[in-house]
Amino acid sequence: MSAFSAIGEGKEIDRNDYTPGLEPQATWCPGCGDFGVLKALKGAAAELGKSPDEMLLVTGIGCSGKLNSYFESYGFHTIHGRSLPVARAAKLANPGVEVVAAGGDGDGYGIGGNHFMHTARENHNMTYIVFNNEIFGLTKGQTSPTSPKGHKSKTQPHGSAKQPLRPLSMSLNSGASYIARTAAVNPNQAKDIIVEAMEHDGFSHVDFLTQCPTWNKDARQYVPYIDIQDSDDYDFDNTDRREAAEMMHETEDALHEGEVLTGRYYVDSDRPSYQQEKRNIGEMPEEPLAERYFDDSYEWERSYDNFLDKHK
Amino acid sequence: MTNDELIWRIAGGSGDGIASTSQNFAKALMRSGLNVFTHRHYPSRIRGGHTYTEIRASADPVKSRGDGYNFLLALGDSFARNPQQNAYYGNEEIKPLSENLDELHEGGVIIYDSGLLDASEIEDFDERVEENDWHVYDLDLRTMAREHGREVMRNTAGVGATCALAGIELEWIEELMTDAMPEKILEPNLEILHEAYDMVEEEYDVDAHDVKIPEGEHDEEQVLMSGSDAIAYGSIDEGCRFIAGYPMTPWTEVFTIMSQNLPELGGISEQVEDEIAAAALALGASHAGVKAMSGSSGGGFALMSEPLGLAEMTETPVVLIEAMRAGPSTGMPTKPEQGDLEHVLYTSQGDSHRIVFAPGTVAEAYTQTRKAFKIAYEYQIPSIVLYDQKLGGELVNVPASHFDEEPNPSLGSTLTEAEIEDAPHDESGKFSRFRYDTPEDNGVAPRSIPGQKGGRFLATGNEHMPEGHISEDPENRVFQMDKRMRKLEAIREELDGDGVNNTEVGDEDAQYGFLTFGSSQGTVEEAVERLNDDGHSVKMLGVSEMAPYPVDQVTEFIESVDEVLVVEMNASAQFRGLTQKEVGQYGEKLSSLLKYNGNPFEPEDIVEGFEVNIVEDDEHPHTRTKFVPAAGD
Ligand SMILES: Cc1ncc(C[n+]2csc(CCOP(=O)(O)OP(=O)(O)O)c2C)c(N)n1
Ligand code: SF4
Ligand SMILES: [Mg+2]
Repeated sequence: MSAFSAIGEGKEIDRNDYTPGLEPQATWCPGCGDFGVLKALKGAAAELGKSPDEMLLVTGIGCSGKLNSYFESYGFHTIHGRSLPVARAAKLANPGVEVVAAGGDGDGYGIGGNHFMHTARENHNMTYIVFNNEIFGLTKGQTSPTSPKGHKSKTQPHGSAKQPLRPLSMSLNSGASYIARTAAVNPNQAKDIIVEAMEHDGFSHVDFLTQCPTWNKDARQYVPYIDIQDSDDYDFDNTDRREAAEMMHETEDALHEGEVLTGRYYVDSDRPSYQQEKRNIGEMPEEPLAERYFDDSYEWERSYDNFLDKHK
Repeated sequence: MTNDELIWRIAGGSGDGIASTSQNFAKALMRSGLNVFTHRHYPSRIRGGHTYTEIRASADPVKSRGDGYNFLLALGDSFARNPQQNAYYGNEEIKPLSENLDELHEGGVIIYDSGLLDASEIEDFDERVEENDWHVYDLDLRTMAREHGREVMRNTAGVGATCALAGIELEWIEELMTDAMPEKILEPNLEILHEAYDMVEEEYDVDAHDVKIPEGEHDEEQVLMSGSDAIAYGSIDEGCRFIAGYPMTPWTEVFTIMSQNLPELGGISEQVEDEIAAAALALGASHAGVKAMSGSSGGGFALMSEPLGLAEMTETPVVLIEAMRAGPSTGMPTKPEQGDLEHVLYTSQGDSHRIVFAPGTVAEAYTQTRKAFKIAYEYQIPSIVLYDQKLGGELVNVPASHFDEEPNPSLGSTLTEAEIEDAPHDESGKFSRFRYDTPEDNGVAPRSIPGQKGGRFLATGNEHMPEGHISEDPENRVFQMDKRMRKLEAIREELDGDGVNNTEVGDEDAQYGFLTFGSSQGTVEEAVERLNDDGHSVKMLGVSEMAPYPVDQVTEFIESVDEVLVVEMNASAQFRGLTQKEVGQYGEKLSSLLKYNGNPFEPEDIVEGFEVNIVEDDEHPHTRTKFVPAAGD
């Protein structure tokens, strides 16, 4: 019997079940795109019938990092940029837990960029939502890795001399197996994409455009947006790496020219997840490791029996 | 010096197989009934560079490297790149012979490989040999090995010759080679071993010198272990089945041993992108209900600083290993030092609260790693095991029974689902993970694990309410802070109660005291024995509990003597500083003996440091160590 009976319980769930009973006062500004992520995540989790006790929502630091303050589930609000290594280890320790990591563009593409690259490369079976508001929100509007070239802020008074980072292309090159972009102004698409991301067996990366009306006033509100799958203007095969790469490039350029393209950019359903790869080489147990610590009948090995002979 | 021990030094180039040859030799001597202790010296290079391992073997217990040594096997550096005399590094090929002469005892034995080395290149070699009454055997080991196929087997030839000259029975070596070597290379190695042995016996008078292997007997079965082995096995026996790391000398050894053994135990090892990730992964795994560890050496540990603080704030149990090496910065990667004490005690923002053990011996490395895990999981606090390149790499024999202990896979203060049901929740059903009214008055609120029904809560590095909500409420802040700090007092009490971590030796009424920590303990212990044999009155306290610090025990020790000499391997007397901070007085009683030249203390350094500085008997020079007088002196 599992020591974690919330896992796979599959009970009927309402999206309001993810609203904390004692809801802390929201620290997000009115009109902030972060509300859109919260709403989409609640909808997606409800649709998948995930109970709050079987979900672990791991966040970084930023306005975005407050997500798990407003989402009822197990949560780990970590430190700036480090949600991914915490999250992926939790998934390795107990693969039955539904692990979602989330954080800002500064958090995930800047200070935590190395972890992003490697978690994608390894294809951990988890979902990563990046609140991309093209700004450092919490620290009051400094230029972020996705801020457009020329973007002025208090720390870049003459405008940024840097090209913005290309989050989708970086994700593809790093090895993510599900890559999508959505926007807070598009709640239905956002929910559907998060459902797909959570269902996908591998590393799912959702670049979520979240407007920051407080600090990113010149930035547009990400409207109108175009869903590339719905639009007749875009025809590409998102299971084809080359075509996906081209579409991503175009999308990243378009954003800075005022055109908001969203949708599913890359889906690779064949690539085994890291968990599977590790099992294949005998480096990951079949049974969730965490279960073992609650199994009174498990016979724990000890070094005296297993390793001492070679020292004699 | 004494003839009741053999101190054999095998010297060659990095890549010459010195490590494996010396390990087999040490094990053979252990099996023959002797106590052994090895000391490794190697440069931070893969190929080339002078390296040696010293094996001290005696019928009596050995706790330290010796003072110098009495038997040299110089193989020559077969990877030496630069034979030019006046190049920066000089002629490297000859170094295994030339660099080792200063520490060789009078009457000592030298075997060198004349196939590679030409002793006439060493200035005054013959004069020095005569002056010191050394017994030199120039043997063409290289040719002998070549004739049997492979030049690397020079090592085996050297071992054969050593056995003939030191009176070691070949059967011990043969048995070991049979255990350790694949069949293909076993035959030629055995042939070489015998050939070298017979050749020396036939052509030389093996009794011309008196460096001979002593005879000994163990009263119980022994195992040959390093500090790194002991830390890994202690972790495994505490049920640790998850490690994340990034290679860095000398921590890599523990990481490697764990990575090689965990898969067969159904555990998980992760080599990750950097040390920030490594520590964060250990936290994530622990949070999800697995006993987890990470570790590094100084530089990598610096990167773990922020995750370490996160573990403190979120009360996530985790064990971090810190293998010190000479700093600052990249420092001297393969050289031991005890310079990271302050680093591990205080790194990360805010009021630190963590456990730090610095084991003094291989046996202690096992027990204290276990204790580190036990406390981490019971008290939901990060535990650090602080050691160094010296303890990690030295091989000593330990009774096998020391490891005959039951495993302890307990997650400590963790609830089952049934227990969660009865535990406090807030009105909305959120579990009170960080409740103030802890079941026992020790600050520990039992935790739940993701996936458990009814256990959901928020862990956060921000200050938080009992259910985890972020809060800056002043009253709650003080409650939570006090709750976390209270754990330290409870741990202090528990450690005082079991009283086995710190080591006292010598006569209780002794006049002078030595205070030391971590891996210097064994060497100080030997120095204390020698000084007492020479008519001095000294004792030692080797402290392993760095945090929380054993204030009462140390205070009592200091009060019981006239003066205390604090011995540590660093330049700024960090342990003395910690001691003074913790005991709050006695500045006028504590002086320091420091060594930071990259080599660990030899017993003689300490004997000399004491005689020159404390009893002020000025006869000895003291060049390798530095004395820092007590305040007001
Ligand atoms: C190591 C570290 N450096 C800096 C900070 C300060 N800091 C907090 S959030 C943040 C940037 C937030 O931007 P982003 O990740 O895009 O999140 P947003 O607030 O926009 O959602 C910074 C620099 C920190 N908390 N930790
Ligand atoms: S500062 Fe911007 S990102 Fe932060 S809460 Fe306000 S609107 Fe949202
Ligand atoms: Mg941002």
